[in-house]
Amino acid sequence: MSVLVYIESENGKFKKASYEAASYAKGVADQLGTSVTAISINAEDNASLGTYGVAKVLNVSSDKLAKFNAEAYADAIAQAAKNEDAKVVVIGQTANDKYIAPILAVDLEAGYASNVVELPTSTEPFQVKRTAFTNKAFNFTNITTDVKLIGVSKNAYGLKEDNTEATIEDFSPSLAEGDFTVNVQSVDKATDKVTIADAEIVVSGGRGLKGPENWGMIEELAEVLGAATACSKPVSDMGWRPHGEHVGQTGKPVASNLYIAVGISGAIQHLAGISASKTKVVINNDPEAPFFKAADYGVVGDAFEVVPKLIEKLKEFKANNA
Amino acid sequence: MKILVCISHVPDTTSKINFTDGDTKFDTNGVQFVINPNDEFGLTRAMWFKEKQGASVDVVNVGGAETEPTLRKALAIGADNAIRVNTEAKDGFQVAKELAKVAKDGAYDLIIAGRESIDYNGGMVPGMMAKILEANFVNTCVSLEVEGDKATAIREIDGGKETLTASLPLVIGGQKGLVEESDLKIPNMRGIMMARKKPLNVVEPASAHTYTSSEKFEKPAPKGDIKLVAEDNLDELVDLLHNEAKVI
Repeated sequence: MSVLVYIESENGKFKKASYEAASYAKGVADQLGTSVTAISINAEDNASLGTYGVAKVLNVSSDKLAKFNAEAYADAIAQAAKNEDAKVVVIGQTANDKYIAPILAVDLEAGYASNVVELPTSTEPFQVKRTAFTNKAFNFTNITTDVKLIGVSKNAYGLKEDNTEATIEDFSPSLAEGDFTVNVQSVDKATDKVTIADAEIVVSGGRGLKGPENWGMIEELAEVLGAATACSKPVSDMGWRPHGEHVGQTGKPVASNLYIAVGISGAIQHLAGISASKTKVVINNDPEAPFFKAADYGVVGDAFEVVPKLIEKLKEFKANNA
Repeated sequence: MKILVCISHVPDTTSKINFTDGDTKFDTNGVQFVINPNDEFGLTRAMWFKEKQGASVDVVNVGGAETEPTLRKALAIGADNAIRVNTEAKDGFQVAKELAKVAKDGAYDLIIAGRESIDYNGGMVPGMMAKILEANFVNTCVSLEVEGDKATAIREIDGGKETLTASLPLVIGGQKGLVEESDLKIPNMRGIMMARKKPLNVVEPASAHTYTSSEKFEKPAPKGDIKLVAEDNLDELVDLLHNEAKVI
């Protein structure tokens, strides 16, 4: 009865969040005195999971699963969990993970706790700490079913190396026709840009930038830092930036290491959505802006003067620390 | 097309979040409750199907009598009938099971819920409901068209969008994008008057089975003071980010 972790990959590659899920699964396995089995689908570098404590990898290679399909992926993971007699199943919290998890929970008759930020606070009863009220509170939830499903938040538990020799086994789930009734027709994804979900650093602009034509410096600042760009709700509502960049309570959540807010006043809904970021910087000409109460570092000043200067300073820093 | 929109009754987005009873319950004192924003985008899209394609739109909520004003608001926006499953919502699975029963009993073709409620943020009710119903499911849905029994949906993925097709019955985990913020309807006086006369059926729960239990809440530790950096001294900011915060 190992702990099973689903390891998401994209174009065959694992991401940092995948290794975080593996690290978390190892932590839970240690609490329970068992080992970690991972399941990956059409992934290339399965051996790398050993670095984070995975003892065994169930490697699924399937043309049928070449395109993401939540129902089929959930079915494959459920079969692996049953095969391994896993009592705890760990999954990340990417968009795809959040799509799969509730389907998987019903399949396994497993209680599901999402947005979990720490190892279980106890295993008898099985209690986890998760965020609720859009990061305005933590909620301690007991999972009372025999099988437990944990969705672990990005950038919360972090990466923990624990070198293990991972054995790799091929695993062929039997997939039914009924798994493929929702079909992907096309994917529209910029491949040359850092996504908000993956980014270590996010640079975000608000109404203080006065118009979409002024986003050049936000993009340049993001480029210097290797960051993703984001925006506040009014900015996406006015159509200055695409909806996909809207971060906050009704937009995307941000859990980056560094979040830089330029010309964003800091409405409570915005602050909630970005509060899982570790370090927050605000640049705003209004010292009374609520963001100054929520940030770690702040510059009171005109964004149109501060941002270009900051770009120059960061370029110097990068040149000296290359 | 018969549409069921699942409505969660949640504290307004600007609410102060506090807890009572030894931090086990949300403190509703002075809190205004609203239709969960993710659900409201779906409700507004449902009204579009009603106006353009002659769909019928019912709304449902799992909760006590105190949630009825939120259902009345959905009726005032234009839903035809409301259903309240008369039980306290305790966990995602229990709610999904009750909603699935209502959906099945009413033979709905399209069931729209929000991708998550803004209070518990469980993000599981739509997907669980779909699995219980053995219906198709699209999560984080930002666009939805239906022709006959075929639906075309766009879902938000990390860093982009994906277009999917599926036949009805279909469950949607909706969010902003299903309609624009500016399309959200504020109930007018006529709508509010009419809503008073529309049916609000109270049904008893089918079971009380839960998979999880919320034990207690905790507020995040208060944040330390901000360090302000003068605008002509940005070297200091770079230095702080590198040496103190260690994020660059």
